[in-house]
Amino acid sequence: MAGWSTHKGTVITLPLANIDTDQLIPARFMSVPRSEGYGNYLLHDLRRAPDGTLDPDFSLNGNAKPSILLAGANFGSGSSREAAVYALVDAGFHAVIALSFGDIFSSNAVNNGLLPARVSDADWNALSGATGDAQINLEQGTITIGTTQVSFALEDSWRVKLINGWDDIDLTKQHTAQIAAYKTQRHQSAPWAWPAHVD
Amino acid sequence: MSKAQTLLDKLWNAHEVLIREDGTSLLWVDRHLVHEGSHHAFAKLAAREGDMAAPDLTFAVVDHYAPTHGRAKIKDPQISRMIETLRGNVAVHGLKIFDLDDPTQGIVHVVGPEQGLTLPGLLINCGDSHTSTHGAFGTLAFGIGATEVAHVLATQTIWQRKPKAMRITVNGTLAAGVSAKDIALNWIAQLGTGGAQGHAIEYAGSAIEALSMEGRMTLCNLSIEGGARFGMIAPDETTFEYVKGRPYAPKGAHWEASLADWATLNTDHDAEFDRDVRFDAADIAPTVTWGTSPEQALPVTAIIPDPNHLDASKGKAAKAALDYMGLTAGQPLIGTPVDQVFIGSCTNGRIEDLRAAAAVLSGRSAKISGLVSPGSALVKAQAEQEGLDRIFTDAGLTWVASGCSMCVGMNGDLVESGKRCASSTNRNFRGRQGRGARTHLMSPAMVAAAAVNGTISDVRPLLQGRAL
Ligand code: SF4
Repeated sequence: MAGWSTHKGTVITLPLANIDTDQLIPARFMSVPRSEGYGNYLLHDLRRAPDGTLDPDFSLNGNAKPSILLAGANFGSGSSREAAVYALVDAGFHAVIALSFGDIFSSNAVNNGLLPARVSDADWNALSGATGDAQINLEQGTITIGTTQVSFALEDSWRVKLINGWDDIDLTKQHTAQIAAYKTQRHQSAPWAWPAHVD
Repeated sequence: MSKAQTLLDKLWNAHEVLIREDGTSLLWVDRHLVHEGSHHAFAKLAAREGDMAAPDLTFAVVDHYAPTHGRAKIKDPQISRMIETLRGNVAVHGLKIFDLDDPTQGIVHVVGPEQGLTLPGLLINCGDSHTSTHGAFGTLAFGIGATEVAHVLATQTIWQRKPKAMRITVNGTLAAGVSAKDIALNWIAQLGTGGAQGHAIEYAGSAIEALSMEGRMTLCNLSIEGGARFGMIAPDETTFEYVKGRPYAPKGAHWEASLADWATLNTDHDAEFDRDVRFDAADIAPTVTWGTSPEQALPVTAIIPDPNHLDASKGKAAKAALDYMGLTAGQPLIGTPVDQVFIGSCTNGRIEDLRAAAAVLSGRSAKISGLVSPGSALVKAQAEQEGLDRIFTDAGLTWVASGCSMCVGMNGDLVESGKRCASSTNRNFRGRQGRGARTHLMSPAMVAAAAVNGTISDVRPLLQGRAL
């Protein structure tokens, strides 16, 4: 995963609350290998009429190539499916800005270089009324659209991870000795925590 | 004197390998449960040519894509491929698998507890948001995404920031026909689907203590629908009684040692919570969802709300939900025609759930069709021994094998577009049970009542004069 600290792009607004992971990617697409790309499945059913044609009134179906999504509260609630993040990333998104996020969605997003930026009600309204080019600065924690600039909330550890593009497994391998020591201690103090042998 | 601790504090401290400067903890994972949907994570591990850290602590279950009929010859090549991929990964890493033909196969959150893999005091991860179910045992259990699953496979640890602590206390006695499902839908309706975001919930109070393990699992399972990644209940005699003698549970000296350790797993008397809310069990009625979010729920006796009378943000969502659900504001919920029913899932597919539904259906026939899928093959066998399967089939419902089935529709069990389903599952999201499907969440007894009348119904009158 490549890190990034600034991003310039186009914002698209999806002013709906509770866009859950079943909306972001319906379950029937989740058996596809990642190498085939998940971008076409993003919000698949929401942006199409029942006959499968794209709904011209749906914001995402325009000609613009958006990379920043301004969405309603409780974005990404629901299942742990990381495929919801793959769909956004593969469709070209770098950030989702919302009033709040599902907890598992946020960690999945950060693990894939996608910024889940939390903003206040007032700032959300300011952003949705703004026009012009958009820019996100991770170091400063700011989003700028045209002449409007607001700050977003993000855990510090996540900010660092997004900027560096760190891979957790590599980081954890540096602690191998500590993990081994913990395991030994746990095995001694709570041997019952290992599954009993079943014949 | 050390600071008073919550159950969350105790479980967290016991699993913390280290804490980073930024406040993120590295936690040890005692059990890792994987299923067909874990294919992305195994692919990530393979891409780095990595080995698994602890295959002996990892257990695989076939559930999400498990066909509920015609297992001997699976027709859909995509489903076969998903199951074969899991089998392949299991073979490569030498894992234990609860496969389709195993007499102990079932939904991951039913199998774990049933097999004694789930124990008080453990940390359990699974790539499924309803992993919170296992918290019913006094366990730190939470759902993780594919990158995190790959991390657990590779290291048997997980990086996690400690959530805030929230307590939901429910005191008093539940009325007949009211269950753990109603406790859950009720608090989610009141606090909202984001109500517990960023928190770990501990459920406490006399109504919680009175719940069976099945009821506690239902309640902890639904924590995620209120935004909490964790739900937990301090273990007690009910817990120990359930765990004792299960295949993977501690035996002999280990059992005695575990009981001593588990007795300390409770919140200290004067420990503080970041958030503390209370409900009275007597105020809780059989509850039904009317919209497309679990918070859009009301007592069954209520009328469908008018979006114009809700505050602006809720009103907009309510209008969209009513459009999707094909419902009219101002109409009573009771009497809404239903096309089909589903009883099953990790939320309400356990033996007690089937008994509750059978108590309503016994000697009656269903006006509409429906599927009953036990949470595991063991639940299925137990139900058949008790004759529950006959009650369902005599009523006209279809009795099938266990799996996630119509909870998520991955195995081909789907609700058709525009059809209305009374369902014992956990999500009424748009399209969850199939594209265009209209889902009403409720308890298994309430689903049975809907089957009897062919409409959304109050189960309470149907229970009169019946032994429960
Ligand atoms: S039954 Fe539903 S919620 Fe439970 S594990 Fe299966 S898909 Fe997930």
